Amino acid sequence: MEAFTRLDAKAAPLPLSNIDTDQIIPKQFLKTVERAGLAKGLFYDLRFDRDGVEKPGFVLNQPAYKGAGVLIAGDNFGCGSSREHAPWALMDFGVKAVISTSFADIFYNNCFQNGLLPVVLKAEQVQQLMDEARGGNHVVSIDLETQTVTSPSGAVFTFEIDPNRKQKMLKGLDAIGETLEVAPAIDTYEMRRALSQPWLEGA
Amino acid sequence: MPGKTLYDKIWDAHLVTEQDGEAILYIDLHLIHEVTTPQAFAGLRATRRAVRRPDRTLAVADHNVPTEGQALGIDAVADEEARLQLQTLAKNVDDYGIEFFPMGDIRNGIVHVVGPEQGRTQPGMTIVCGDSHTSTHGAFGALAHGIGTSEVEHVLATQTLRQKKARNFRVRIEGEPAPGVGAKDFALAVIGQIGTAGGTGYVIEYAGSAVRGLSMEGRMTLCNLTIEGGARAGLVAPDDATFDYLKGRPATPKGGAWEMALAYWKTFFTDDDAVFDREIVLDAAAIAPTVTWGTSPEDVVAVTGCVPAPESFDTPDKRASAVRALEYMGLTAGQPITEARIDVVFIGSCTNSRIEDLRAAAQVVQTAFLHGRLVAPHVRAMVVPGSGLVKNQAEDEGLDAIFKAAGFEWREPGCSMCLAMNPDKLADGQRCASTSNRNFEGRQGRGGRTHLMSPAMAAAAAIAGHIADVRDFLS
Ligand code: SF4
Repeated sequence: MEAFTRLDAKAAPLPLSNIDTDQIIPKQFLKTVERAGLAKGLFYDLRFDRDGVEKPGFVLNQPAYKGAGVLIAGDNFGCGSSREHAPWALMDFGVKAVISTSFADIFYNNCFQNGLLPVVLKAEQVQQLMDEARGGNHVVSIDLETQTVTSPSGAVFTFEIDPNRKQKMLKGLDAIGETLEVAPAIDTYEMRRALSQPWLEGA
Repeated sequence: MPGKTLYDKIWDAHLVTEQDGEAILYIDLHLIHEVTTPQAFAGLRATRRAVRRPDRTLAVADHNVPTEGQALGIDAVADEEARLQLQTLAKNVDDYGIEFFPMGDIRNGIVHVVGPEQGRTQPGMTIVCGDSHTSTHGAFGALAHGIGTSEVEHVLATQTLRQKKARNFRVRIEGEPAPGVGAKDFALAVIGQIGTAGGTGYVIEYAGSAVRGLSMEGRMTLCNLTIEGGARAGLVAPDDATFDYLKGRPATPKGGAWEMALAYWKTFFTDDDAVFDREIVLDAAAIAPTVTWGTSPEDVVAVTGCVPAPESFDTPDKRASAVRALEYMGLTAGQPITEARIDVVFIGSCTNSRIEDLRAAAQVVQTAFLHGRLVAPHVRAMVVPGSGLVKNQAEDEGLDAIFKAAGFEWREPGCSMCLAMNPDKLADGQRCASTSNRNFEGRQGRGGRTHLMSPAMAAAAAIAGHIADVRDFLS
């Protein structure tokens, strides 16, 4: 996993609440056995019309927002399914951070597994960023070390993040490797469980 | 010290250790399927890691499978990519020694139907699966939730999950529901009240006399929809209904081990003096048969009600979403919801494809049939049982004959039109009365319009040809 320290990128406003994982990456793109290449399906029904032609009105299709690295979205971003294809598709498209007032739980978890930073800000802060991102300059800076987002006009907002998750993001650490460091504790747990709940063994 | 909630107790019983402020929880049962696992197994191979407990892992093929011709095996799958995913799963389970119910096996079906039906799902367990509706298994008093593919790989390699503890939320539903009202209506009413993000950061325990009064199938429906309210997991404390359901299932303990397990399971309940971070109470008698009008499961309305106006919502975001939803759904504010003309009826999915769901739908169909009514001529109606075993049992009870006589298609098990990854899809603009769990834009096919409702309500819609109040069909 790639480390995340600081990002200066164009931010695209997506002022809709409850953007679900089916909108982020529709199911026809889930029939893959790979992680890469999902950018083509990102926001498919929002980005393309029925004939597969780009909809000029959709924010990520507008020249000003091409190559956006940050999305600013409405409440409850990422609700719906557990598909990790949602953060994979965002990352594959070049999005490295999403800012919203709230995220759905599983999506939020999945972001951290992949080095995509979900940033939670207050409603009025998200609104200000949306408004500014609609203007001529829409570069937003996110600094994970100091936990700050700097708006195009220079307003600085602080965000909360779990310290452990932050460290892992900063270093790009693999969770499995870390857990395997406590393998003896897992062994002990399993031995205890085999005695107290023998019906779960050798099933 | 206050007492513990059911969630606290399951959590404590599975805590292996803590590392850097994160809990490492032992996982008792890991269910896997073809869509969210290929990249996890690829990761294991790349890092040369083994599967720690293949014996605590079970695989099914459900999301992609066609709902006809399953006896042909992989040849029944026309779609190249779906076929590759199914073949990849078959190879992975073979390489790593994991038990697998392949397509066509009578035990195969939707992962959340299969686990309980086989008796793999048991009280006090931790259960995960790369599918958000894993919350279903909470009906047995198990802590069960969906995980992403990286976490699937983590569980395969370590049999544990790194977690932050959620907060406790109790939803009490008290009293007697009216005839024709059941678990699906309860669930939609709860989501309508708390919103799709209302449960975020919580585990919900369902309690109260109306919840106690539900069958195991009903409790599964309720817990299944918990994720649509944003909570990670839903729970119902185990009781005699739970134990009766489990007794004699293929994977439940037998003889002396049964008694031992029973004693253990009975320790999983919320203490009287436990404190919840949030609590709401609903009156079951006040809940009407409920349907959705929009493109989020929180967009609910009683079947006797009207499509709401966007202006009635309190934030600009919500108003914008409502305008968009009305346009997508082809509905007008203020119109009675029963005016919505239905093209397709889908009875199935891990929410409502169990035997009791099929019985409830069949009862409505049979009553209508005895009054000389069939599926409305313009409606395509289908029933997709949740597993091969459900299908068999329904056929033994003659339910398939009732459905077929009235004009329903009787299909083979799988997720089917719940997410339309297989050939069962809505066409652009088609309106569907569906017993599934998500009415998102395009969920059942691009441009498809989904109204969520109970199996009995979906059956009524099939006969009427529009959204209809099941209570008009029960006499
Ligand atoms: S039936 Fe639908 S919700 Fe349930 S597991 Fe299958 S796709 Fe997911």
